[in-house]
Amino acid sequence: MTGAGRKQQSFSRKRRRRSQWRGLLYIVPAMALVIVFFVVPVIFTGWMSLHNWPLMGTQRWIGFNNYFRMFNDSRFMSALNFTAYYTVIVTIAIFAIAFPLATFVERQRRFVSTYRTIIFLPVVIGLATASLLWVWLANVDSGFIGPALKALGLVERSPNLLASFDSAFLTIIVMVVWKIAGFTMIILLTGLQAIPAELTEAARIDGASRWQRFRYLTLPLMRRTIALALIISVTGSILAFDQFYIMTSGGPQNRMISVVYYIFNQSFVSFNLGYGAALSIALLIILVLISIAQLRLLKVGEERP
Amino acid sequence: MSTARKRRANGALRGLAAYHGAGIIIALFFLAPLAITFLASFRHGTEARQPALPPWPTNGFSLDSYRSLDTFGAGIWQHTLNSLAVSLATVVLTVAVSLLAGYGFSRYRFPLKNVLFVLVIATLMIPFQSILTPLFIILAKLGLSNSLIGLTLVYVTLQLPFSVFMMRNAFDAVPKEIEEAARIDGARDLRLLIRVLLPLVLPGVATVAIFAFLNAWNEFLAALVLLSSNEKYTLPVLMMAVRAGRLGAINWGAVQAGVAVMTIPCLIVFLALQRYYMRGLMAGAVK
Repeated sequence: MTGAGRKQQSFSRKRRRRSQWRGLLYIVPAMALVIVFFVVPVIFTGWMSLHNWPLMGTQRWIGFNNYFRMFNDSRFMSALNFTAYYTVIVTIAIFAIAFPLATFVERQRRFVSTYRTIIFLPVVIGLATASLLWVWLANVDSGFIGPALKALGLVERSPNLLASFDSAFLTIIVMVVWKIAGFTMIILLTGLQAIPAELTEAARIDGASRWQRFRYLTLPLMRRTIALALIISVTGSILAFDQFYIMTSGGPQNRMISVVYYIFNQSFVSFNLGYGAALSIALLIILVLISIAQLRLLKVGEERP
Repeated sequence: MSTARKRRANGALRGLAAYHGAGIIIALFFLAPLAITFLASFRHGTEARQPALPPWPTNGFSLDSYRSLDTFGAGIWQHTLNSLAVSLATVVLTVAVSLLAGYGFSRYRFPLKNVLFVLVIATLMIPFQSILTPLFIILAKLGLSNSLIGLTLVYVTLQLPFSVFMMRNAFDAVPKEIEEAARIDGARDLRLLIRVLLPLVLPGVATVAIFAFLNAWNEFLAALVLLSSNEKYTLPVLMMAVRAGRLGAINWGAVQAGVAVMTIPCLIVFLALQRYYMRGLMAGAVK
Protein backbone atom coordinates (compact mmCIF):
# COMPACT_ATOMS: atom_id res chain seq x y z
CA MET A 1 0.00 0.00 0.00
CA THR A 2 2.82 2.40 0.83
CA GLY A 3 4.12 4.45 -2.09
CA ALA A 4 1.75 2.87 -4.54
CA GLY A 5 0.03 4.67 -7.37
CA ARG A 6 -3.35 6.26 -6.91
CA LYS A 7 -5.03 3.54 -8.88
CA GLN A 8 -3.72 0.82 -6.66
CA GLN A 9 -4.61 2.75 -3.53
CA SER A 10 -8.23 3.08 -4.51
CA PHE A 11 -8.23 -0.57 -5.46
CA SER A 12 -6.96 -1.57 -2.06
CA ARG A 13 -9.50 0.64 -0.30
CA LYS A 14 -12.27 -0.96 -2.26
CA ARG A 15 -10.92 -4.34 -1.38
CA ARG A 16 -10.83 -3.46 2.27
CA ARG A 17 -14.44 -2.29 2.19
CA ARG A 18 -15.46 -5.50 0.51
CA SER A 19 -13.51 -7.53 3.02
CA GLN A 20 -15.39 -5.80 5.84
CA TRP A 21 -18.58 -7.32 4.55
CA ARG A 22 -16.79 -10.59 4.18
CA GLY A 23 -16.21 -10.46 7.95
CA LEU A 24 -19.97 -10.41 8.38
CA LEU A 25 -20.15 -13.48 6.18
CA TYR A 26 -17.94 -15.41 8.59
CA ILE A 27 -20.23 -14.81 11.52
CA VAL A 28 -23.49 -15.51 9.65
CA PRO A 29 -23.77 -19.19 10.72
CA ALA A 30 -23.23 -18.33 14.38
CA MET A 31 -25.65 -15.42 14.26
CA ALA A 32 -28.29 -17.48 12.45
CA LEU A 33 -28.16 -20.16 15.17
CA VAL A 34 -28.23 -17.63 18.00
CA ILE A 35 -31.17 -15.78 16.46
CA VAL A 36 -33.25 -18.83 15.54
CA PHE A 37 -32.57 -20.86 18.67
CA PHE A 38 -32.12 -18.14 21.24
CA VAL A 39 -33.33 -14.64 20.44
CA VAL A 40 -36.57 -15.70 18.78
CA PRO A 41 -37.41 -18.23 21.52
CA VAL A 42 -36.86 -15.63 24.22
CA ILE A 43 -39.21 -13.17 22.50
CA PHE A 44 -41.63 -15.99 21.80
CA THR A 45 -41.64 -16.94 25.48
CA GLY A 46 -42.64 -13.40 26.37
CA TRP A 47 -45.43 -13.49 23.76
CA MET A 48 -46.71 -16.86 24.96
CA SER A 49 -46.76 -15.72 28.54
CA LEU A 50 -49.53 -13.27 27.67
CA HIS A 51 -51.78 -16.03 26.36
CA ASN A 52 -53.78 -18.94 27.53
CA TRP A 53 -51.94 -21.44 25.37
CA PRO A 54 -53.08 -25.06 25.51
CA LEU A 55 -51.32 -27.79 23.58
CA MET A 56 -54.30 -28.37 21.30
CA GLY A 57 -56.91 -25.81 20.39
CA THR A 58 -56.54 -22.07 19.99
CA GLN A 59 -54.58 -19.74 22.16
CA ARG A 60 -56.32 -16.77 23.70
CA TRP A 61 -54.88 -13.37 24.68
CA ILE A 62 -55.27 -12.87 28.42
CA GLY A 63 -52.87 -10.01 29.10
CA PHE A 64 -51.01 -10.30 32.37
CA ASN A 65 -53.35 -12.83 33.92
CA ASN A 66 -50.68 -15.52 33.91
CA TYR A 67 -48.49 -13.27 36.00
CA PHE A 68 -51.28 -12.51 38.48
CA ARG A 69 -51.91 -16.21 38.71
CA MET A 70 -48.23 -16.76 39.42
CA PHE A 71 -48.25 -14.57 42.50
CA ASN A 72 -51.24 -16.43 43.88
CA ASP A 73 -49.84 -19.85 43.07
CA SER A 74 -48.80 -21.32 46.39
CA ARG A 75 -47.10 -24.28 44.71
CA PHE A 76 -44.91 -21.94 42.67
CA MET A 77 -44.08 -19.98 45.80
CA SER A 78 -43.05 -23.14 47.59
CA ALA A 79 -40.95 -24.12 44.56
CA LEU A 80 -39.23 -20.73 44.79
CA ASN A 81 -38.75 -21.24 48.51
CA PHE A 82 -37.33 -24.69 48.11
CA THR A 83 -34.99 -23.58 45.32
CA ALA A 84 -33.68 -20.72 47.44
CA TYR A 85 -33.20 -23.04 50.42
CA TYR A 86 -31.40 -25.60 48.27
CA THR A 87 -29.22 -22.93 46.65
CA VAL A 88 -28.06 -21.53 49.99
CA ILE A 89 -27.35 -24.91 51.59
CA VAL A 90 -25.63 -26.47 48.61
CA THR A 91 -23.47 -23.40 47.97
CA ILE A 92 -22.31 -23.33 51.59
CA ALA A 93 -21.62 -27.06 51.45
CA ILE A 94 -19.66 -26.79 48.21
CA PHE A 95 -17.52 -23.95 49.52
CA ALA A 96 -16.97 -25.65 52.87
CA ILE A 97 -15.46 -28.60 51.00
CA ALA A 98 -13.89 -26.90 47.98
CA PHE A 99 -11.93 -24.25 49.86
CA PRO A 100 -9.96 -26.69 52.04
CA LEU A 101 -9.48 -28.88 48.98
CA ALA A 102 -8.06 -25.94 47.03
CA THR A 103 -5.52 -25.17 49.75
CA PHE A 104 -4.78 -28.89 49.94
CA VAL A 105 -3.94 -29.25 46.26
CA GLU A 106 -2.14 -25.91 46.06
CA ARG A 107 0.97 -27.29 47.80
CA GLN A 108 3.92 -28.39 45.79
CA ARG A 109 4.04 -32.02 46.82
CA ARG A 110 4.38 -35.29 45.06
CA PHE A 111 1.19 -36.80 43.67
CA VAL A 112 -0.63 -33.51 44.06
CA SER A 113 -1.66 -33.49 40.42
CA THR A 114 -3.01 -37.02 40.85
CA TYR A 115 -5.17 -35.81 43.74
CA ARG A 116 -6.37 -32.90 41.62
CA THR A 117 -7.32 -35.18 38.75
CA ILE A 118 -9.16 -37.65 41.00
CA ILE A 119 -11.10 -34.93 42.79
CA PHE A 120 -12.02 -33.46 39.42
CA LEU A 121 -13.22 -36.72 37.84
CA PRO A 122 -16.89 -36.47 38.93
CA VAL A 123 -17.09 -33.01 37.33
CA VAL A 124 -16.83 -34.39 33.81
CA ILE A 125 -19.61 -36.94 34.14
CA GLY A 126 -23.16 -35.72 33.69
CA LEU A 127 -25.39 -34.56 36.51
CA ALA A 128 -28.03 -37.01 35.29
CA THR A 129 -25.45 -39.83 35.39
CA ALA A 130 -24.32 -38.82 38.86
CA SER A 131 -27.95 -38.72 40.04
CA LEU A 132 -28.54 -42.24 38.73
CA LEU A 133 -25.37 -43.47 40.35
CA TRP A 134 -26.30 -42.06 43.73
CA VAL A 135 -29.92 -43.15 43.61
CA TRP A 136 -28.54 -46.66 43.42
CA LEU A 137 -25.95 -46.07 46.14
CA ALA A 138 -28.70 -44.73 48.40
CA ASN A 139 -31.17 -47.53 47.71
CA VAL A 140 -32.33 -49.21 50.87
CA ASP A 141 -32.13 -52.88 49.78
CA SER A 142 -29.83 -53.12 46.80
CA GLY A 143 -27.64 -50.08 47.33
CA PHE A 144 -24.37 -49.46 49.09
CA ILE A 145 -24.59 -46.68 51.69
CA GLY A 146 -27.38 -48.14 53.80
CA PRO A 147 -26.14 -51.74 53.77
CA ALA A 148 -22.58 -50.54 54.47
CA LEU A 149 -23.75 -48.53 57.50
CA LYS A 150 -25.54 -51.65 58.71
CA ALA A 151 -22.53 -53.86 58.13
CA LEU A 152 -20.39 -51.44 60.14
CA GLY A 153 -22.88 -51.76 62.97
CA LEU A 154 -23.76 -48.05 62.95
CA VAL A 155 -27.46 -48.68 62.38
CA GLU A 156 -29.68 -51.66 63.10
CA ARG A 157 -31.59 -51.61 59.84
CA SER A 158 -30.50 -50.22 56.52
CA PRO A 159 -32.08 -46.74 56.36
CA ASN A 160 -34.25 -45.70 53.42
CA LEU A 161 -32.35 -42.53 52.68
CA LEU A 162 -34.65 -41.20 49.98
CA ALA A 163 -37.89 -41.72 51.91
CA SER A 164 -37.83 -38.73 54.26
CA PHE A 165 -37.24 -35.14 53.29
CA ASP A 166 -34.22 -34.50 55.49
CA SER A 167 -32.24 -37.59 54.62
CA ALA A 168 -33.13 -37.34 50.92
CA PHE A 169 -32.06 -33.70 50.93
CA LEU A 170 -28.83 -34.59 52.67
CA THR A 171 -28.14 -37.36 50.14
CA ILE A 172 -28.67 -34.94 47.26
CA ILE A 173 -26.38 -32.36 48.87
CA VAL A 174 -23.65 -34.97 49.32
CA MET A 175 -24.11 -36.08 45.71
CA VAL A 176 -23.87 -32.53 44.37
CA VAL A 177 -20.83 -31.74 46.51
CA TRP A 178 -19.17 -34.92 45.25
CA LYS A 179 -19.98 -33.91 41.69
CA ILE A 180 -19.20 -30.15 41.80
CA ALA A 181 -16.57 -29.59 44.52
CA GLY A 182 -13.71 -30.39 42.13
CA PHE A 183 -14.87 -27.68 39.77
CA THR A 184 -15.10 -25.01 42.47
CA MET A 185 -11.77 -26.22 43.80
CA ILE A 186 -10.03 -25.56 40.47
CA ILE A 187 -11.57 -22.09 40.20
CA LEU A 188 -10.44 -21.23 43.73
CA LEU A 189 -7.03 -22.73 43.02
CA THR A 190 -6.45 -20.25 40.21
CA GLY A 191 -7.13 -17.47 42.72
CA LEU A 192 -4.82 -18.96 45.34
CA GLN A 193 -2.02 -19.37 42.85
CA ALA A 194 -2.31 -15.73 41.82
CA ILE A 195 -1.37 -14.58 45.33
CA PRO A 196 2.35 -13.73 45.37
CA ALA A 197 4.25 -16.11 47.67
CA GLU A 198 6.31 -13.19 49.05
CA LEU A 199 3.18 -11.64 50.54
CA THR A 200 2.25 -14.71 52.57
CA GLU A 201 5.90 -15.12 53.55
CA ALA A 202 6.11 -11.49 54.73
CA ALA A 203 2.93 -11.90 56.77
CA ARG A 204 4.32 -15.07 58.33
CA ILE A 205 7.53 -13.29 59.31
CA ASP A 206 5.49 -10.43 60.77
CA GLY A 207 3.93 -13.00 63.05
CA ALA A 208 0.47 -13.28 61.52
CA SER A 209 -1.25 -16.46 62.57
CA ARG A 210 -2.60 -18.94 60.05
CA TRP A 211 -6.16 -17.65 60.56
CA GLN A 212 -5.05 -14.01 60.32
CA ARG A 213 -3.20 -14.69 57.08
CA PHE A 214 -6.32 -16.33 55.70
CA ARG A 215 -8.70 -13.64 56.92
CA TYR A 216 -6.70 -10.51 56.06
CA LEU A 217 -4.59 -11.65 53.13
CA THR A 218 -6.00 -14.63 51.27
CA LEU A 219 -9.68 -13.73 51.42
CA PRO A 220 -9.38 -10.09 50.25
CA LEU A 221 -6.97 -11.04 47.48
CA MET A 222 -9.30 -13.77 46.27
CA ARG A 223 -12.43 -11.63 46.17
CA ARG A 224 -12.79 -11.82 42.41
CA THR A 225 -12.26 -15.55 42.25
CA ILE A 226 -14.59 -16.21 45.15
CA ALA A 227 -17.23 -14.00 43.56
CA LEU A 228 -16.92 -15.92 40.32
CA ALA A 229 -17.13 -19.33 42.00
CA LEU A 230 -20.08 -18.11 44.04
CA ILE A 231 -21.97 -16.91 40.99
CA ILE A 232 -21.40 -20.14 39.09
CA SER A 233 -22.58 -22.15 42.06
CA VAL A 234 -25.65 -19.97 42.70
CA THR A 235 -26.85 -19.81 39.09
CA GLY A 236 -26.26 -23.53 38.65
CA SER A 237 -28.20 -24.36 41.79
CA ILE A 238 -31.15 -22.15 40.90
CA LEU A 239 -31.50 -24.10 37.66
CA ALA A 240 -31.31 -27.48 39.41
CA PHE A 241 -33.55 -30.10 37.90
CA ASP A 242 -31.86 -33.43 37.11
CA GLN A 243 -31.13 -34.46 40.69
CA PHE A 244 -34.69 -33.89 41.92
CA TYR A 245 -36.31 -35.43 38.87
CA ILE A 246 -34.11 -38.51 38.84
CA MET A 247 -33.35 -39.11 42.50
CA THR A 248 -36.60 -38.32 44.26
CA SER A 249 -39.13 -37.53 41.49
CA GLY A 250 -39.99 -34.36 43.35
CA GLY A 251 -39.37 -35.83 46.73
CA PRO A 252 -41.43 -37.00 49.65
CA GLN A 253 -44.81 -35.19 49.62
CA ASN A 254 -43.71 -33.24 46.53
CA ARG A 255 -41.50 -31.09 48.71
CA MET A 256 -38.54 -31.20 46.34
CA ILE A 257 -40.00 -29.43 43.33
CA SER A 258 -37.48 -26.84 42.17
CA VAL A 259 -38.45 -23.90 39.97
CA VAL A 260 -37.25 -25.53 36.75
CA TYR A 261 -39.04 -28.74 37.78
CA TYR A 262 -42.27 -26.80 38.35
CA ILE A 263 -41.97 -25.09 34.96
CA PHE A 264 -41.33 -28.50 33.39
CA ASN A 265 -44.46 -29.87 35.06
CA GLN A 266 -46.62 -26.94 34.02
CA SER A 267 -45.34 -26.89 30.42
CA PHE A 268 -44.77 -30.52 29.56
CA VAL A 269 -46.92 -32.51 31.97
CA SER A 270 -50.00 -30.30 32.41
CA PHE A 271 -49.43 -28.52 29.07
CA ASN A 272 -50.27 -25.07 30.42
CA LEU A 273 -47.82 -23.63 27.90
CA GLY A 274 -48.81 -20.00 28.45
CA TYR A 275 -48.53 -20.24 32.21
CA GLY A 276 -45.27 -22.15 31.89
CA ALA A 277 -43.95 -19.31 29.71
CA ALA A 278 -44.85 -16.73 32.36
CA LEU A 279 -42.99 -18.81 34.95
CA SER A 280 -40.05 -19.04 32.55
CA ILE A 281 -39.96 -15.26 32.20
CA ALA A 282 -39.89 -14.98 35.99
CA LEU A 283 -36.96 -17.42 36.11
CA LEU A 284 -35.22 -15.55 33.31
CA ILE A 285 -35.56 -12.23 35.15
CA ILE A 286 -34.16 -13.75 38.33
CA LEU A 287 -31.16 -15.09 36.44
CA VAL A 288 -30.51 -11.84 34.56
CA LEU A 289 -30.65 -9.91 37.84
CA ILE A 290 -28.10 -12.30 39.29
CA SER A 291 -25.90 -11.86 36.23
CA ILE A 292 -26.02 -8.10 36.67
CA ALA A 293 -25.14 -8.51 40.33
CA GLN A 294 -22.32 -10.75 39.20
CA LEU A 295 -20.85 -8.06 36.95
CA ARG A 296 -21.07 -5.61 39.85
CA LEU A 297 -19.36 -8.00 42.23
CA LEU A 298 -16.57 -8.72 39.78
CA LYS A 299 -16.05 -5.00 39.22
CA VAL A 300 -15.84 -4.31 42.93
CA GLY A 301 -13.09 -6.88 43.08
CA GLU A 302 -11.27 -5.06 40.31
CA GLU A 303 -11.36 -1.66 41.97
CA ARG A 304 -10.03 -2.93 45.26
CA PRO A 305 -7.62 -5.69 44.51
CA MET B 1 22.31 -30.57 67.02
CA SER B 2 21.98 -33.93 65.40
CA THR B 3 18.96 -34.80 67.57
CA ALA B 4 17.36 -31.48 66.62
CA ARG B 5 17.89 -32.28 62.98
CA LYS B 6 16.54 -35.75 63.51
CA ARG B 7 13.49 -34.33 65.25
CA ARG B 8 12.92 -31.89 62.42
CA ALA B 9 13.25 -34.66 59.88
CA ASN B 10 10.78 -36.72 61.89
CA GLY B 11 8.36 -33.80 61.95
CA ALA B 12 8.64 -33.35 58.21
CA LEU B 13 8.08 -37.04 57.71
CA ARG B 14 5.04 -36.99 59.94
CA GLY B 15 3.72 -33.96 58.05
CA LEU B 16 4.21 -35.78 54.78
CA ALA B 17 2.45 -38.87 56.11
CA ALA B 18 -0.45 -36.76 57.37
CA TYR B 19 -0.68 -35.00 54.04
CA HIS B 20 -0.81 -38.14 51.98
CA GLY B 21 -3.04 -39.88 54.51
CA ALA B 22 -5.56 -37.10 54.08
CA GLY B 23 -4.98 -37.19 50.32
CA ILE B 24 -5.78 -40.88 50.11
CA ILE B 25 -8.98 -40.49 52.13
CA ILE B 26 -10.10 -37.58 49.94
CA ALA B 27 -9.24 -39.48 46.77
CA LEU B 28 -11.21 -42.48 48.04
CA PHE B 29 -14.31 -40.37 48.63
CA PHE B 30 -14.23 -39.00 45.10
CA LEU B 31 -13.25 -42.23 43.42
CA ALA B 32 -15.29 -44.76 45.39
CA PRO B 33 -18.78 -44.14 43.93
CA LEU B 34 -17.45 -44.60 40.40
CA ALA B 35 -15.30 -47.60 41.30
CA ILE B 36 -18.11 -49.30 43.23
CA THR B 37 -20.52 -48.88 40.32
CA PHE B 38 -18.08 -50.19 37.72
CA LEU B 39 -17.26 -53.22 39.85
CA ALA B 40 -20.87 -53.88 40.74
CA SER B 41 -21.94 -53.73 37.09
CA PHE B 42 -19.98 -56.94 36.48
CA ARG B 43 -21.74 -58.92 39.17
CA HIS B 44 -23.89 -61.90 38.32
CA GLY B 45 -27.51 -61.17 37.39
CA THR B 46 -28.80 -62.86 40.52
CA GLU B 47 -26.73 -60.52 42.66
CA ALA B 48 -28.19 -57.36 41.20
CA ARG B 49 -30.88 -57.13 43.87
CA GLN B 50 -28.50 -57.87 46.73
CA PRO B 51 -26.78 -55.03 48.55
CA ALA B 52 -23.43 -54.17 47.02
CA LEU B 53 -21.41 -55.71 49.83
CA PRO B 54 -18.79 -56.43 48.69
CA PRO B 55 -19.29 -54.40 45.51
CA TRP B 56 -17.10 -56.62 43.35
CA PRO B 57 -18.35 -59.81 41.65
CA THR B 58 -18.22 -62.77 44.02
CA ASN B 59 -19.89 -65.32 41.75
CA GLY B 60 -17.57 -64.68 38.87
CA PHE B 61 -17.37 -61.96 36.28
CA SER B 62 -20.56 -61.56 34.25
CA LEU B 63 -22.10 -59.24 31.68
CA ASP B 64 -25.68 -59.91 32.83
CA SER B 65 -26.22 -56.28 33.82
CA TYR B 66 -25.28 -55.10 30.35
CA ARG B 67 -27.52 -57.73 28.78
CA SER B 68 -30.49 -56.62 30.83
CA LEU B 69 -29.69 -52.97 30.00
CA ASP B 70 -29.96 -54.01 26.37
CA THR B 71 -33.59 -55.07 26.83
CA PHE B 72 -34.71 -51.48 27.47
CA GLY B 73 -35.85 -49.13 24.74
CA ALA B 74 -34.45 -49.95 21.32
CA GLY B 75 -31.37 -51.68 22.67
CA ILE B 76 -28.27 -50.16 24.19
CA TRP B 77 -26.38 -49.98 20.88
CA GLN B 78 -29.08 -47.85 19.30
CA HIS B 79 -29.12 -45.39 22.18
CA THR B 80 -25.35 -45.25 22.50
CA LEU B 81 -25.27 -44.56 18.78
CA ASN B 82 -27.86 -41.78 19.19
CA SER B 83 -25.82 -40.19 21.95
CA LEU B 84 -22.61 -40.54 19.97
CA ALA B 85 -24.16 -39.12 16.81
CA VAL B 86 -25.58 -36.12 18.63
CA SER B 87 -22.35 -35.47 20.54
CA LEU B 88 -20.01 -35.85 17.57
CA ALA B 89 -22.25 -33.76 15.31
CA THR B 90 -22.35 -31.11 18.04
CA VAL B 91 -18.56 -31.16 18.19
CA VAL B 92 -18.12 -30.83 14.41
CA LEU B 93 -20.73 -28.10 13.99
CA THR B 94 -19.61 -26.16 17.06
CA VAL B 95 -16.01 -26.21 15.90
CA ALA B 96 -16.92 -25.17 12.35
CA VAL B 97 -19.31 -22.39 13.34
CA SER B 98 -17.16 -20.97 16.13
CA LEU B 99 -14.00 -21.20 14.02
CA LEU B 100 -15.60 -19.03 11.35
CA ALA B 101 -17.17 -16.66 13.86
CA GLY B 102 -14.00 -16.37 15.93
CA TYR B 103 -12.04 -15.54 12.80
CA GLY B 104 -14.60 -12.99 11.67
CA PHE B 105 -14.75 -11.28 15.05
CA SER B 106 -10.99 -11.28 15.46
CA ARG B 107 -9.81 -10.18 12.02
CA TYR B 108 -12.51 -8.10 10.36
CA ARG B 109 -14.19 -4.83 11.13
CA PHE B 110 -17.79 -4.58 10.11
CA PRO B 111 -20.86 -2.66 11.19
CA LEU B 112 -22.44 -3.71 14.49
CA LYS B 113 -19.51 -6.00 15.22
CA ASN B 114 -19.39 -5.31 18.94
CA VAL B 115 -23.16 -5.41 19.34
CA LEU B 116 -23.31 -8.81 17.67
CA PHE B 117 -20.43 -10.15 19.76
CA VAL B 118 -22.10 -9.01 22.97
CA LEU B 119 -25.34 -10.58 21.75
CA VAL B 120 -23.65 -13.96 21.35
CA ILE B 121 -21.98 -13.74 24.78
CA ALA B 122 -25.12 -12.39 26.45
CA THR B 123 -27.01 -15.59 25.73
CA LEU B 124 -24.94 -17.02 28.58
CA MET B 125 -27.03 -14.96 30.97
CA ILE B 126 -30.30 -16.49 29.86
CA PRO B 127 -30.98 -20.03 31.04
CA PHE B 128 -32.02 -22.31 28.19
CA GLN B 129 -34.34 -24.01 30.66
CA SER B 130 -36.64 -21.02 30.29
CA ILE B 131 -37.02 -21.24 26.50
CA LEU B 132 -37.69 -24.94 26.04
CA THR B 133 -41.34 -24.56 24.99
CA PRO B 134 -40.62 -22.14 22.13
CA LEU B 135 -37.68 -24.29 21.08
CA PHE B 136 -40.04 -27.23 20.90
CA ILE B 137 -42.50 -25.25 18.77
CA ILE B 138 -39.83 -23.74 16.49
CA LEU B 139 -38.25 -27.13 15.88
CA ALA B 140 -41.70 -28.49 15.00
CA LYS B 141 -42.20 -25.61 12.52
CA LEU B 142 -38.83 -26.44 10.94
CA GLY B 143 -39.88 -30.07 10.60
CA LEU B 144 -37.30 -31.06 13.21
CA SER B 145 -39.52 -32.16 16.05
CA ASN B 146 -38.40 -35.38 17.72
CA SER B 147 -35.23 -35.34 15.67
CA LEU B 148 -31.61 -35.77 16.65
CA ILE B 149 -30.65 -33.06 14.16
CA GLY B 150 -32.90 -30.56 15.93
CA LEU B 151 -31.43 -31.52 19.28
CA THR B 152 -27.93 -31.12 17.85
CA LEU B 153 -28.69 -27.62 16.58
CA VAL B 154 -29.93 -26.62 20.02
CA TYR B 155 -26.79 -28.02 21.64
CA VAL B 156 -24.56 -26.18 19.16
CA THR B 157 -26.34 -22.92 19.96
CA LEU B 158 -25.85 -23.51 23.68
CA GLN B 159 -22.12 -24.03 23.10
CA LEU B 160 -21.65 -20.90 21.02
CA PRO B 161 -21.04 -18.18 23.64
CA PHE B 162 -18.15 -20.06 25.21
CA SER B 163 -16.80 -21.37 21.90
CA VAL B 164 -16.93 -18.10 19.96
CA PHE B 165 -15.24 -16.38 22.88
CA MET B 166 -12.51 -19.03 23.00
CA MET B 167 -11.91 -18.96 19.26
CA ARG B 168 -11.78 -15.19 19.06
CA ASN B 169 -9.13 -15.19 21.76
CA ALA B 170 -7.23 -17.92 19.94
CA PHE B 171 -7.18 -15.90 16.71
CA ASP B 172 -6.27 -12.72 18.59
CA ALA B 173 -3.15 -14.51 19.81
CA VAL B 174 -1.96 -15.33 16.27
CA PRO B 175 0.40 -12.61 14.93
CA LYS B 176 -1.02 -10.75 11.93
CA GLU B 177 2.32 -11.08 10.10
CA ILE B 178 1.76 -14.79 9.53
CA GLU B 179 -1.47 -14.06 7.77
CA GLU B 180 0.07 -11.33 5.66
CA ALA B 181 2.90 -13.59 4.62
CA ALA B 182 0.43 -16.29 3.64
CA ARG B 183 -1.64 -13.74 1.73
CA ILE B 184 1.39 -12.71 -0.25
CA ASP B 185 1.94 -16.37 -1.06
CA GLY B 186 -1.53 -16.36 -2.56
CA ALA B 187 -3.59 -18.05 0.13
CA ARG B 188 -7.01 -16.44 0.53
CA ASP B 189 -10.10 -16.69 2.66
CA LEU B 190 -11.16 -20.21 3.57
CA ARG B 191 -7.97 -21.72 2.22
CA LEU B 192 -5.94 -19.32 4.33
CA LEU B 193 -8.09 -20.09 7.34
CA ILE B 194 -7.87 -23.86 7.01
CA ARG B 195 -4.34 -24.34 5.69
CA VAL B 196 -2.47 -21.64 7.56
CA LEU B 197 -4.43 -20.53 10.61
CA LEU B 198 -6.19 -23.69 11.73
CA PRO B 199 -2.96 -25.42 12.83
CA LEU B 200 -2.11 -22.35 14.90
CA VAL B 201 -5.43 -22.28 16.77
CA LEU B 202 -5.67 -26.04 17.19
CA PRO B 203 -5.34 -25.91 21.00
CA GLY B 204 -8.37 -23.62 21.12
CA VAL B 205 -10.24 -25.98 18.81
CA ALA B 206 -9.43 -28.89 21.13
CA THR B 207 -10.83 -26.99 24.11
CA VAL B 208 -14.01 -26.07 22.24
CA ALA B 209 -14.43 -29.66 21.03
CA ILE B 210 -14.03 -31.22 24.49
CA PHE B 211 -16.60 -28.96 26.09
CA ALA B 212 -19.02 -29.48 23.20
CA PHE B 213 -18.67 -33.25 23.46
CA LEU B 214 -19.09 -33.49 27.23
CA ASN B 215 -22.01 -31.09 27.39
CA ALA B 216 -23.88 -32.74 24.53
CA TRP B 217 -23.19 -36.25 25.84
CA ASN B 218 -24.37 -35.40 29.35
CA GLU B 219 -27.32 -33.10 28.66
CA PHE B 220 -30.61 -34.37 30.02
CA LEU B 221 -33.47 -31.86 30.23
CA ALA B 222 -33.53 -30.64 26.61
CA ALA B 223 -33.26 -34.21 25.34
CA LEU B 224 -36.09 -35.25 27.65
CA VAL B 225 -38.32 -32.48 26.31
CA LEU B 226 -37.37 -32.46 22.63
CA LEU B 227 -37.24 -36.19 21.92
CA SER B 228 -40.56 -38.01 22.04
CA SER B 229 -40.12 -41.40 20.46
CA ASN B 230 -38.41 -44.32 22.03
CA GLU B 231 -35.86 -45.14 19.34
CA LYS B 232 -34.55 -41.54 19.28
CA TYR B 233 -33.68 -41.36 22.97
CA THR B 234 -30.17 -40.45 23.96
CA LEU B 235 -28.64 -42.41 26.85
CA PRO B 236 -29.72 -40.16 29.76
CA VAL B 237 -33.34 -40.23 28.55
CA LEU B 238 -33.24 -43.99 28.03
CA MET B 239 -32.03 -44.36 31.59
CA MET B 240 -35.29 -42.87 32.85
CA ALA B 241 -37.05 -45.99 31.63
CA VAL B 242 -34.49 -48.13 33.43
CA ARG B 243 -34.85 -45.99 36.55
CA ALA B 244 -38.64 -46.35 36.43
CA GLY B 245 -38.29 -50.13 36.33
CA ARG B 246 -40.75 -52.77 35.24
CA LEU B 247 -43.74 -53.94 37.26
CA GLY B 248 -42.52 -51.90 40.17
CA ALA B 249 -39.13 -53.58 40.30
CA ILE B 250 -36.00 -51.71 39.30
CA ASN B 251 -33.15 -53.70 37.78
CA TRP B 252 -30.24 -52.11 39.59
CA GLY B 253 -27.76 -54.08 37.55
CA ALA B 254 -29.02 -52.32 34.44
CA VAL B 255 -28.74 -48.98 36.23
CA GLN B 256 -25.10 -49.70 37.10
CA ALA B 257 -24.35 -50.80 33.56
CA GLY B 258 -26.01 -47.65 32.19
CA VAL B 259 -23.99 -45.43 34.51
CA ALA B 260 -20.83 -47.19 33.33
CA VAL B 261 -21.72 -46.73 29.66
CA MET B 262 -22.47 -43.04 30.18
CA THR B 263 -19.40 -42.38 32.33
CA ILE B 264 -16.59 -44.08 30.46
CA PRO B 265 -16.50 -41.87 27.33
CA CYS B 266 -16.40 -38.77 29.56
CA LEU B 267 -13.52 -40.13 31.59
CA ILE B 268 -11.58 -41.15 28.48
CA VAL B 269 -12.03 -37.76 26.81
CA PHE B 270 -11.12 -35.92 29.98
CA LEU B 271 -8.07 -38.00 30.89
CA ALA B 272 -6.72 -37.98 27.32
CA LEU B 273 -7.20 -34.23 26.80
CA GLN B 274 -6.99 -32.93 30.35
CA ARG B 275 -4.59 -30.15 29.43
CA TYR B 276 -7.00 -28.57 26.96
CA TYR B 277 -9.95 -29.03 29.27
CA MET B 278 -8.19 -27.19 32.10
CA ARG B 279 -7.14 -24.44 29.71
CA GLY B 280 -10.76 -23.80 28.85
CA LEU B 281 -11.70 -23.77 32.50
CA MET B 282 -8.94 -21.32 33.37
CA ALA B 283 -9.85 -19.07 30.44
CA GLY B 284 -13.40 -19.00 31.75
CA ALA B 285 -12.23 -18.35 35.30
CA VAL B 286 -9.80 -15.57 34.50
CA LYS B 287 -11.93 -13.59 32.08
